[in-house]
Amino acid sequence: MKTLHKFHGGVHPPEHKTESSRLPIGATPLPQRLIVPLRQHIGNPATPIVKVGDPVLKGQMIGAADGFISAAVHAPTSGTVSAIENHAVPHPSFLPDLCITIEADGEDRWIERQPLDYRTADPDAVRALLRDAGIVGLGGAVFPTYVKLNPGQQKIKTLVLNGAECEPWITSDDLLMRERAAEIVAGIEIMAHLMQPEEVLIGIEDNKPEAIAAMQAACQGTSFKVVTVPVLYPSGGEKQLIKLLTGKEVPSGQRPINIGVTCSNTGTAYTIHRAVNHGEPVISRIVTITGNVARPQNFEARIGTPLRELIQLAGGARADTSHYIIGGPMMGFDLTNLGAPLTKAINCVIAASPALFPPKPAAMPCIRCVQCAQACPCDLQPQELFWFSQSKNFDKARAYNLFDCIECGCCDYVCPSHIPLVSYFRYAKSEIATQDREKMAAEQARQRFEFKQMREEREKAEKAARMAEKAAAAAAAKAAAAASGIEDPVAAAKQAAIQAAVERAKAKKAEAAAAAANPPSEQSAAPENNTEPS
Amino acid sequence: MSSPHVLTPGSSVRTIMLLVLLALLPAIAAYYFFFGPGILISLALASVTALVAEAAMLQLRNYPVKHFLTDGSAILTAWLLALSIPPLAPWWLIVVGTAFAIIVAKHLYGGLGNNLFNPAMVGFAVLMISFPSYMTQWTAPLLLTQHPVGFSEALQYYFSGTLQGVNLDAVTMATPLDTLKTQLNLQHTVSEVKNMPIFGNFGGKGGEIVAAMYLLGGLFLLQQRIITWHTPVSFLVTLALVAALFNGIDPSRYASPMFHLFTGGAMLGAFFIATDYVTSPTTPLGKLIFGASAGFLVYVIRVFGGYPDGIAFAVLIMNAAVPLIDAYTQPRVYGHGTKPE
Repeated sequence: MKTLHKFHGGVHPPEHKTESSRLPIGATPLPQRLIVPLRQHIGNPATPIVKVGDPVLKGQMIGAADGFISAAVHAPTSGTVSAIENHAVPHPSFLPDLCITIEADGEDRWIERQPLDYRTADPDAVRALLRDAGIVGLGGAVFPTYVKLNPGQQKIKTLVLNGAECEPWITSDDLLMRERAAEIVAGIEIMAHLMQPEEVLIGIEDNKPEAIAAMQAACQGTSFKVVTVPVLYPSGGEKQLIKLLTGKEVPSGQRPINIGVTCSNTGTAYTIHRAVNHGEPVISRIVTITGNVARPQNFEARIGTPLRELIQLAGGARADTSHYIIGGPMMGFDLTNLGAPLTKAINCVIAASPALFPPKPAAMPCIRCVQCAQACPCDLQPQELFWFSQSKNFDKARAYNLFDCIECGCCDYVCPSHIPLVSYFRYAKSEIATQDREKMAAEQARQRFEFKQMREEREKAEKAARMAEKAAAAAAAKAAAAASGIEDPVAAAKQAAIQAAVERAKAKKAEAAAAAANPPSEQSAAPENNTEPS
Repeated sequence: MSSPHVLTPGSSVRTIMLLVLLALLPAIAAYYFFFGPGILISLALASVTALVAEAAMLQLRNYPVKHFLTDGSAILTAWLLALSIPPLAPWWLIVVGTAFAIIVAKHLYGGLGNNLFNPAMVGFAVLMISFPSYMTQWTAPLLLTQHPVGFSEALQYYFSGTLQGVNLDAVTMATPLDTLKTQLNLQHTVSEVKNMPIFGNFGGKGGEIVAAMYLLGGLFLLQQRIITWHTPVSFLVTLALVAALFNGIDPSRYASPMFHLFTGGAMLGAFFIATDYVTSPTTPLGKLIFGASAGFLVYVIRVFGGYPDGIAFAVLIMNAAVPLIDAYTQPRVYGHGTKPE
């Protein structure tokens, strides 16, 4: 039995898992139209590589990864590209985003699939395949997996597989582990091959006995260990699961790799297996449709399927459905448009009713009961952060480690005053980010202005020096004329000017020679002013 | 709506306040049993005053009156004050104290959640300083008096200031703590003093049972996770340790730790007053410092100070230090102070 290292705090919201976990993963019919967003991951959106009217095959890349942090997107079925334009997408910003719409031809014809023998292939080739297969972290952050599975010079101690699925209502990982454990383990083998960890730990909350049994059976003959963790939200948070399983804490502002740990979702391992061993990119995923629907169930659905169709498959929403939640009730966000498509990030859609999700009561003042601090899995003091955020004392909020907040919602959940704490923290974070940007812009403007001032002063000084030189030359000519007794001062002045010009030319020549010999100096005329900021 | 979409069912400020009020009931019952019905009149007067003052202040400050009035916090302040002052007093004493607590100590400092000082203890301090003679005149335990004060008599005294046919001195006396202090000053030893009828097994007769009921109520609050162990344990342990130290040095001059724990407001203070959320530290270490310091100050004020008990002043002094204590006792945050391997 592996020793667990408890993380601080946590809460026990009602689980509501059995509603959707009784039925097996359901198949979905081919939709007529699929809307594939180009931004389904952290980083740059994919670049469209098809045009309107192009025929596409199932699994064909239609958007290519753009830059280092990016991933490709693919046609979920065969058909024709009918539009490349902004469309409603499920995102907490509620803003539309660029999508490629495909009219299905009904044939569902695959592109030629090319598996890769990862054991013999160059690791970089495997990573390139993962990028081009659109593999991203399916735990929620949708970080491009090929970037994560690159240890560089770092020695990896532990590869953590996250099958905790601690959010209430969601059972998509549970069902995937129950039904496709062997394929998940095949994916973990690829990850282990790329990372060469000393140990592989698969963390699963103990409310999923079938998944635990299936994964244990699939891990027979491997060195991978299935570790049962007690139900406690947010044990599936990356930092919390790493602490639970390894006892290590991810240092603030750093990533797990800095302490020799990599953490990935079990669903991601499954997609890695499909991509590497079968040549299939991410064109579908398991999604839980639950809550106030007639038949809650998990479905394997194509990316791009309008969510309305998935809710219909689950028997449709009941009459008293008030709204829809994407993800779990602790960290999920509202779905404002049922026409929005399924994306790689979406593991759950909950139909909400006032009975299942009662409206929040009006907030009371904070009474400093610190139930929030006792529940915080990051050991923060939410009551202090609230105080500072509310009073816009952002420097203090930052000093009290606002940016270590993972927005898990535990503090809101326990607050007897019903204060929307996480909303305050999001607000403070975005205000601080804006301030930082403005500060940086102001700093740059200040530097530009100072440089301009310096340049103008330097030019003034140069001009003055030139004038003084001229005056001196004129005086010298006058004196020479007087000495030589020449009566014509005009001619004498001319003579002196010629003399001065000759001398200047000589000086310039000498300078040029010196410059050729030495590294060039920009302000030869007034070297004492050469104090430009570098 | 933004996440999270669920809240703890049934959790509210009102629930917390009601549980604390519930935890006070055993002690109130014991109080009634040992000292007569005066306490009930005192509690009722304080409650009504608190609600009226709270409603008026909420109205003046443009707050939703009903939403806030029903949170239970004003009643709790009223009860804590009523339980801290003598249960047989003119009506205006508790009214003035409660009104000051709610109007000045609570609302003028910003209302619920914003007051620096414990309102009930501010009310107590105001009364103690302004009307000391009424504040030291406690009802004698019923077991010791020839004329137990009944409900109607108590009511009569509250509103007319006289007791028909009974000398007030016959039904009131100094508290055990006060008696001990006076008698020690008269060069009696602790063991001599404790043979006086007013003393019971640990503390004062009857009073020690009330204290035990506060302890019981406090354990209920711990079990309900309304309070944590830090403040009451550090408070009581420090009080007991300091008492044990002096008791060890000179048992004839300094009473035992048990005496200090079970007399006066020690148990009430440790579980119900020093644990007030708004006016006590938020960090575990801060709570330990707060509780220990308050416990120490209680002993110092009781034994070496001019007042019979020290709970209110000890708590008020420590209230002022809370922002400082919090600032210096912030716990380590996840991922801080750990070095990458």
